[in-house]
Amino acid sequence: MGLRVPGAHPRVEIKPPVPTIPAPIWRNIKDLQEWEQLHQKRPEGDKHSAAFESLTDGIHSFPGGFVVTTVADAFLNWARKSSVWPVTFGLACCAIEMMATFASRFDVERLGMVPWASPRHSDLMVVSGTVTIKMAPMLERIYDQMPDPKWAVSMGSCANSGGPFRHGYHVVKGVDRVIPVDVYVPGCPPPPESLLNGLLLLQDQIAHFRRTGRRAAPNPKVD
Amino acid sequence: MTHEQAKTLIGERFGSAEVAPVSAEATGKGLVVTVPAADWQSFARFAKDTLGCRFFSFSTAVDWKEQGLEVVAKVDNLDSGLALMMKTKLGPGVSECPSLVPVYRGADWMERECYDMFGIRFDGHPDLRRILLADDWVGHPLLKSYAVDTPHPPYR
Repeated sequence: MGLRVPGAHPRVEIKPPVPTIPAPIWRNIKDLQEWEQLHQKRPEGDKHSAAFESLTDGIHSFPGGFVVTTVADAFLNWARKSSVWPVTFGLACCAIEMMATFASRFDVERLGMVPWASPRHSDLMVVSGTVTIKMAPMLERIYDQMPDPKWAVSMGSCANSGGPFRHGYHVVKGVDRVIPVDVYVPGCPPPPESLLNGLLLLQDQIAHFRRTGRRAAPNPKVD
Repeated sequence: MTHEQAKTLIGERFGSAEVAPVSAEATGKGLVVTVPAADWQSFARFAKDTLGCRFFSFSTAVDWKEQGLEVVAKVDNLDSGLALMMKTKLGPGVSECPSLVPVYRGADWMERECYDMFGIRFDGHPDLRRILLADDWVGHPLLKSYAVDTPHPPYR
């Protein structure tokens, strides 16, 4: 039951204001250096304590201390790559192959993946199918709801480049115009083996996340 | 009701009328009737009440370029197996057509799609707005004059 205006018609209810969604910050971030700069500029309440910062800096600058920090990075990346949870998000016929990959025969759970039905608990979005212009804002919004660090796999020809619908009127010519993509899986549709290979490549990327230090960026819109 | 009976009835009601040429030719699967746009709704009423075509199958349109648009609707009499294809030419530059929704309730979304894809304004439609494309879409994509590579920011 909403708020009632005293004296007004009893059925008149005041709707709460629609929340405005701020623009995502990842859109302007090109590489890890910018990401770190952003984290240095963030407000005081959002930072680690000064003691923790000086401790890690001290360890890193101590002779031989970089071994500790890189080992810690390697450990964190191992933990990240070993539990990539893909959000269950299917768009077209590729989603059938994606479901087959998630099911028992191909069994991605041995890779630590749990298909999860909420973007807020997920690390990976498998864009499986044709992205229409009408669907692109929803896809972008779901991607924005996923917590960092997050990855995206573009599955199939339609998501890679528009595929057979590239010259149609309503299809986005590649999902990389909407969100940054880490791994492209070719095929129409890719069989589960292909998607598995793509997921393994993604795990490899995650394991070397720190060493490459780059995020995928949306492609320039050229035609 | 057979095709021949239906053809005779159409000829009696619309063929000798004062209006315009109605050509009904029997094909293997049913009748194809071309009526002028002014008779579009009254012919649908006639097809439903007299010919018993109570099932509205589909409605769409054809863009014949310089000859203008043509609206096509198919109605069926499921009891006797009579299939009736109704066509009307709107003429060059015309995009107004009478709506069939007062006769067939099932024509509602079909005509919305027709408006979405061809930009045909159906007079008498209760809720004529886009159904498949986004609300802020510019143009009507199935028209021959629509440029497929029309930029649609921000995604293409």
